[in-house]
Amino acid sequence: MRLTIDHRTTYAFTAPQGRIVQLLRMTPGDTHDQTVADWHITVDCDSRMTQHRDGFGNATTMLYCEGAIERIELTVSGEVVTSSSSGVLHGAAELLPPRFFLRTTPTTVADAAIAEFAEQESGGRDIAALHRLNGAVRARFADDSGRPAKGRTAAEAFALDALTPRDMAQVFVAAARAMGAPARYVSGYCDLAGDNRPTPHGWAEAYVEDCGWIAFDPWLGLSPEEHHVRVAIALDAAGAAPVAGSRLGDGAERLEVNVTVQSDD
Amino acid sequence: MGTRAFDEIMGADGGSRPELASLAQWLAETPPDELRRRQEAAESTFRQLGITFAVYGDNDASERIIPFDIVPRVFLADEWARLSEGLVQRVDAINAFLDDIYGAQEILKAGVLPEDLIFLNPQFRPEVVGIRPPHGVWAHICGIDLVRTGPDQFFVLEDNARTPSGVSYMLENREAMVRLCPELFGQFRVAAVDSYPDRLLETMRSVSPRGCGQNPTCVVLTPGHFNSAYYEHSFLADSMGVELVEAADLVVDDDVVYMRTIAGRVKVDVIYRRVDDDFLDPLVFRPDSMLGVPGLIAAYAAGNVAIINAPGNGIADDKAIYSYMPEIVRFYSGKDAKLPNVETWRCREPEALRYTLDNLEQLVVKLVDGSGGYGMLVGPTASKDEIAAFRAVLEAEPHRYIAQPTLALSTVPTLVEAGVAPRHVDFRPFVLSGAKGVQVVPGGLTRVALREGSLVVNSSQGGGTKDSFVLLDGGNRQTQTMGENGMTQEQSL
Repeated sequence: MRLTIDHRTTYAFTAPQGRIVQLLRMTPGDTHDQTVADWHITVDCDSRMTQHRDGFGNATTMLYCEGAIERIELTVSGEVVTSSSSGVLHGAAELLPPRFFLRTTPTTVADAAIAEFAEQESGGRDIAALHRLNGAVRARFADDSGRPAKGRTAAEAFALDALTPRDMAQVFVAAARAMGAPARYVSGYCDLAGDNRPTPHGWAEAYVEDCGWIAFDPWLGLSPEEHHVRVAIALDAAGAAPVAGSRLGDGAERLEVNVTVQSDD
Repeated sequence: MGTRAFDEIMGADGGSRPELASLAQWLAETPPDELRRRQEAAESTFRQLGITFAVYGDNDASERIIPFDIVPRVFLADEWARLSEGLVQRVDAINAFLDDIYGAQEILKAGVLPEDLIFLNPQFRPEVVGIRPPHGVWAHICGIDLVRTGPDQFFVLEDNARTPSGVSYMLENREAMVRLCPELFGQFRVAAVDSYPDRLLETMRSVSPRGCGQNPTCVVLTPGHFNSAYYEHSFLADSMGVELVEAADLVVDDDVVYMRTIAGRVKVDVIYRRVDDDFLDPLVFRPDSMLGVPGLIAAYAAGNVAIINAPGNGIADDKAIYSYMPEIVRFYSGKDAKLPNVETWRCREPEALRYTLDNLEQLVVKLVDGSGGYGMLVGPTASKDEIAAFRAVLEAEPHRYIAQPTLALSTVPTLVEAGVAPRHVDFRPFVLSGAKGVQVVPGGLTRVALREGSLVVNSSQGGGTKDSFVLLDGGNRQTQTMGENGMTQEQSL
């Protein structure tokens, strides 16, 4: 499947900024079932960009802009060819061993409620148990199609009725780790998520002994097939966020994100 | 403690060690009131200089000085030579370990360490996996905490490979001693420590990404004047003749670090940072931190700046890793460690926990990730209630603790209310690693537990400091012809 991505991020500031430095996790890598055919990151103001690879193996871009900046727009566009993987990840750059992803972070702590949910719904930590967990997260929450609340933890999300894909994925990650399965957050794109989305898509990967890393999309209630473009992984959503930014200047910022993914089907 | 501790000047039997007879004589001949007068003079200077520290949890103690003791502790030349060899070997191993653990991870493939000890340890920072610091040096400044139980019996208590502090005390204590007890520098040939700032600057320049021939720009990065070690930060910057900067003074552009100056931007090559990893770069470590420099880690990963000490070093001085240091030294050097560890029980292991719980009265129990003497139990001096309370804490979270025997720490005569009496000491020598190798500064920070019988030397827990003399060969001038009073060439100010 050929997926075409158009991802626009606009920051508008109430006062001009002297400097902006951003770390972008916006570049997908090739895997066995994902080939990046074309990819561009462009910025609408005078800037310098450098390419890096972080400790998780993610391709990152440093963006440096000098003021006075009242508004900045980042446009990510590209084409990725995917093939059906049955959710199994092959050929990704792995710098850290699976057990590392048993680590918890402040936003992915499994509180008693999540741990109990994980135990009741999964009953083990094999691949079938993880699929049951994935289905149970889907069944438990209604959809929230807005922008995910910044800094919301898995435990906070678990107490709500409706969740964004990101928060469902964080609940899955916390629950999978509570079951003893290494798990991580994935940010990327999915053409099933609908047009003009206010954020990229988010799902999870869990490690299963003898199988490797398997992707689970709790929002979909299924393992990703060829509809997903995997961009960045981390221990939690914040670690895989498309933009980590800093600015030098007063005033408030207004963020607008518009993501559209089209498939050739 | 049962057995009597080794006294570094008086020896084990209460006479005096033959090599240090003249120091014992000086102690006997100088009236305590005179010693006290000199000590007070030194402390008043320290107060004027502002060498203060903050005690955590104590709101009105932000301007407290660490007590200074006028009686020096002395290392003989041959003792020091053997100790230095052990320190160099250990710091070499720490550098090799860090290079390996964030790189090829050969030590894990060889099964020397349990993988979970690294990967589930918050001190292992995924943010720097795959980054190699300029010239492959990680632990540029190590403060290795040692204790002593006999003339040649030294044990490593703790490896400080992050941002060890205390070197300003080494230097200020020496200045005070030269001024207040010049006669001692007539009697003994004491190795100079005042070259430390030059050695540190040379170390910094040697790891500059663009080579030291290019006149690299070095800076000291401080969290600010509210930090308890701010005096030391400004003192070191001053004595090296480099800028003391805060995060807001640095900017990163195009993966290059610049310092803002009145004359415009100046490219920075080497940063001696006295801020924790978490506050280095908000884009990579803590997004809520205002202290960091956005883009600093990108500049570091691109090889455009050296950060001293390297980010991620906490994995080398973690107390859980410490217990494996003998194996780590053997793995990288192919030889046994010249400096032994203190025997350590890892409470994460069920048998070790059982032993610890059964012997709390005899053991020192510490937090794996603690420092400064907080969250620890010193069994022999603790009350029954304290032990009972600690037992509950330990049983709840055994993986957070290690236990060690209480050693008969050496003592050094110390000026106390009732005159001069033995008090337990430890020692923190400073070891510098640059592109050209590892060197040990001939001196260090001696900390002394001022309360009788106490083994806790931390400044936050009522400890003081002493000057630490390292004697040069033939260090006792009384055996030579040049026994005059006055300053020696080695100790010129």
